Amino acid sequence: MDGLQTLLGEYDVVAAFWMTIKLTFFGAIGAFIIGTVVAVMRVSPVKVFQTFGTAYVTLVRNTPLTLLVFGCAFGLAITLQINLAPENSPTFIVDNNFRWGVVALAIYHAAFVAEAIRSGINTVPQGQAEAARAIGLPFLPTITTIVLPQAFRGAIAPLGNTLIALTKNTTVLATIGVAEPALMMRNMFEFNISLLYPIFIIVAAGFVILTLPMGLFFTWWSRKLAVQR
Amino acid sequence: MSAETSLLFDAPGPKALVRHRILAIVGVLLLLAAIFLVLKALANPANDQLTAAKWLPFVEWSSWKDYLIPGLIGTLKAAAISVVLSVVAGVLLGMGRLSQLAPVRIVCGVFVEFFRSVPVLIMMFFAYYFGLFTLGISGSVLPLFAAVVGLTFYNSCVIAELVRSGVYSLPRGQREAGYAIGLTPTQTLSAVLLPQAITAMLPSIVSQLVVILKDSALAYNVAYLELLRQGQNLAVYKGNLIPTLMVLSAIYILINWALTRLARALEARLRSGKRGIKPGPVELGPDPALTAEEEAQDAAAGPR
Repeated sequence: MDGLQTLLGEYDVVAAFWMTIKLTFFGAIGAFIIGTVVAVMRVSPVKVFQTFGTAYVTLVRNTPLTLLVFGCAFGLAITLQINLAPENSPTFIVDNNFRWGVVALAIYHAAFVAEAIRSGINTVPQGQAEAARAIGLPFLPTITTIVLPQAFRGAIAPLGNTLIALTKNTTVLATIGVAEPALMMRNMFEFNISLLYPIFIIVAAGFVILTLPMGLFFTWWSRKLAVQR
Repeated sequence: MSAETSLLFDAPGPKALVRHRILAIVGVLLLLAAIFLVLKALANPANDQLTAAKWLPFVEWSSWKDYLIPGLIGTLKAAAISVVLSVVAGVLLGMGRLSQLAPVRIVCGVFVEFFRSVPVLIMMFFAYYFGLFTLGISGSVLPLFAAVVGLTFYNSCVIAELVRSGVYSLPRGQREAGYAIGLTPTQTLSAVLLPQAITAMLPSIVSQLVVILKDSALAYNVAYLELLRQGQNLAVYKGNLIPTLMVLSAIYILINWALTRLARALEARLRSGKRGIKPGPVELGPDPALTAEEEAQDAAAGPR
């Protein structure tokens, strides 16, 4: 117990997990937008767009997130000097790494979001799209007003799994020094190695507290939104 | 799948075909423009990433011999050890979750839920310092130990869940038949249900191998000499970070893509079986003649 108190007193554990929440929030928004666009491309009537969508999913899903994060921060930001934060600001390095980290998380998880939405599209009965076509709707209105709203309902469970994975994957940003729990944990080990187990318990418990309710919520929500067919 | 998505739009008429063609051309032009901009940015004298000097290291044998191949071996070694340990631990944990004994079931359940929620990197860091200070592991074994422990704890929990859902998806009659011939619940599980469940899970296990291979790149953070770390060492030595990262992603994508294809092929093979789930390695193997006949029937029946 003393160990836990020492750690909670010496380190800003709440701030580290607040960083996790911020990364998850922005990463999820980005991933959701890119993923939806990619999923629509994959079912679109234009062959070229289908190929784009498939290529995106295949390439991104098979690349390690660590490599993407590393490439964004060390390749694009440091080597090519492409910066996402104002260079004269005093918090330039921190902001730039944070934003590139969010970009990498969004790009990576978009591939999984696209797959989830595509599986959601498959749950929508064929009659729905046929009805939309029968009243003369072209492809995009059919997708945006008829199919996608129902597809999201069917995709809640895999989308929830992706969000949970995203939350845990924010730890990968320790690779580029974003001040989140994994980086804090390493500092704790460096300076308070005698508290090996309390350190692990604090950080692990933080993630359990974040992800377990998410899992329960998404299970409940997907059941609530499930359509009897 | 294709039959279903094509219902989202009408078969294009002459006007729509023209429109689709224009859209396709616009799409290709946008992509070419993006590639051109990227190449221009890379060729820009300030960056100068396309110069031969930055790419030549990849045709020199020494770069492969000293960096990329050892890195690849490191990645594959960590992944291979982890996948073997994860399957063994995962099957045991999955059996535990299906146990008749409530305490075993609860302990395994809590273990699985807990370690599934802990990020792999957190587990690797813990294993690293635990190995260093508690077990007194040192030298080059320590990073491998950290990598394998981190990967195994998470993935064995995933496999335990796969085992559980695989056993649940079996027809009830399998368990009942086991009980009817006088097997105990444990014997039924291990001799009747698990072999079938594991065969059915094989594609998922291969897919999980892709996850393990990708996650092995996390071991970069515990200084394990895997592909990303070795690539970085090469890039520092040759001063060609951007080309190296491109080559590294190509290697990862190729390996993982091949594994994904293997998983799909396995799944298709299992699906083509008569019962959906083929008998696994039980003592009484399937009669080969019968299986061939069944497969012939299936082929005639066409895809379901």
